[in-house]
Amino acid sequence: MSDGDGEAREFGFHTRSVHAGSRPDPTTGARALPIYQTSSYVFEDPESAAAYFNLQEYGNTYSRIMNPTVAALEERVSNLEGGVGAVAFASGLAAQSAAFFTLLEPGDHVVASSALYGGSVTQLKHFFRKLSVELSFVDPDDLDNWRAALKDNTKLLFAETIGNPGGNVLDIEALADLAHGHQTPLMVDNTFATPYLARPMDWGADIVVYSATKFLGGHGTSIGGLVVESGEFDWANGRFSVVADPSPAYHGLPFYETFGIYGYLMKLRAETLRDLGAAMSPFNAFLFAQGLETLPLRMRQHVANANAIAQFLEARDDAERVSYPGLANSPYAGLVAKYLPRGAGAVFCFDLPGGREAGLRFISALNLFSHLANVGDAKSLVIHPASTTHRQLSDEELAAAGIGPGTIRLSVGIEDAADLIWDLTQAFDAIMEA
Amino acid sequence: MDLQRYQQPHVIQAALAQRRIAIVGLSSNQLRGSYFVGYYLRRHGYEIVPVNPREQEILGKKCYPSLSDVAEPVGVVCVFRAPAAVPAIAEEAIAMGAPYLWLQYTVISQEGADIAEAGGMQAIMDRCMKVEHARYRGRMHWLGFNTERISARRRLT
Repeated sequence: MSDGDGEAREFGFHTRSVHAGSRPDPTTGARALPIYQTSSYVFEDPESAAAYFNLQEYGNTYSRIMNPTVAALEERVSNLEGGVGAVAFASGLAAQSAAFFTLLEPGDHVVASSALYGGSVTQLKHFFRKLSVELSFVDPDDLDNWRAALKDNTKLLFAETIGNPGGNVLDIEALADLAHGHQTPLMVDNTFATPYLARPMDWGADIVVYSATKFLGGHGTSIGGLVVESGEFDWANGRFSVVADPSPAYHGLPFYETFGIYGYLMKLRAETLRDLGAAMSPFNAFLFAQGLETLPLRMRQHVANANAIAQFLEARDDAERVSYPGLANSPYAGLVAKYLPRGAGAVFCFDLPGGREAGLRFISALNLFSHLANVGDAKSLVIHPASTTHRQLSDEELAAAGIGPGTIRLSVGIEDAADLIWDLTQAFDAIMEA
Repeated sequence: MDLQRYQQPHVIQAALAQRRIAIVGLSSNQLRGSYFVGYYLRRHGYEIVPVNPREQEILGKKCYPSLSDVAEPVGVVCVFRAPAAVPAIAEEAIAMGAPYLWLQYTVISQEGADIAEAGGMQAIMDRCMKVEHARYRGRMHWLGFNTERISARRRLT
């Protein structure tokens, strides 16, 4: 009966990074993940077609909703994360909006960290307010802030494992307990940590969202995102009729009752992805799956380099407020020890005392660090948030996100640490010479 | 309760190798989870024996009011009922000689499992027969679900 799989064995993270979701192709034997570059799929017969559309059978219909190459990526990420499944999207922000959209209704309230990525703040504040979703932003470091913001109509708590770019480390377990006491799910953006450094679901998070564009892929070639769910949240607790009740958008199907622990993800795919249309392309999924094979190896080098550079910066008088949570004197050291024992990621900030002008000069002088609006590439990256990623935010919102006019954000790559430190040193020299 | 004791892959796979499945609490409502499971299993070649006192026929098969009314031998008794109903169902399953008692998601009954095991049956609990079939033999991986299956062997399907 068994086809010889090692189903009794719990495989390690490196093995799963390489294998999860991608078995040899049954038709051709291809060992690499095939790119199924097709819009649609021929049905075996009319009854099969009906079964696929009724969701009575796991079947491929149309690549806006599912695709075998994308599915391999989805399974790999959900396996590494410890979820019951995942749904991929055309971008991280598309994934996030779909995760929200599936569980929220007009009039609902969301409490979110004020230290989120600027694009997430804008999405919540403007896009979701247009959909009549009420928002409260709180300083994520104090649980009392979250508790004080809860209302009868609060349906979601949302924060990042490691805040972008301030480096706030989230007390996931405490926040999950607070959320569950309010019969509310906790959603965590784990983009900066990846499942190699932190697995928020192990601490009670219900939904994890990713920009795959960053460390998951690691190559900076593709835009994409994913939503992973733990399958543990009780959507039938009386507060989430939008998930639990018969759905008018799917001929009266009660997703949670019918699919149980897979219900939220089925609804996310069969309704939200279908209707928003932000599908990931099979080629991008192939590139992300390829990148994931080396995720643990890359993350170790990212973390080692980030530690070396943070210590180098901290020792200099002309770099202030080095925000790397992996530093021994970080206010987050206790949370890092608990949630990020393998390292506190590779994205952090420091301030140049010379403010905006010094920041621009510093960036101009760098040789190896690429000046661009992304993080999590194998290459080291640098940006000046106040003039780029966070420029839509007001001064008050900038301050709330921990950003000053001279703040420089680094995304430390996997080059030789000595070369990166050489580059930073000569950029500091350039400021002095000016 | 140690649910994992009732979720062992080799027991699940052995149950899936049976061919005739009695589904206790099978609904004729096409939107109910039990109908999804019955429809799926029939589609994959299993012979379904519906058990539900309120129905005459489901999925084209005669529906029996109770398990003890089923004359033919069945390999798996698959249960979509409240946990309190499980001990009595387990007694009936033993009486008809069924080797596997399969309790679907949230149908959790230690007493029922104990009765089944004392009667020589093997019990599976808080697992879905459709999902487990899809995990081991079907296409669960096509929709991005975590099958937890790792292998470099070539699949047949």
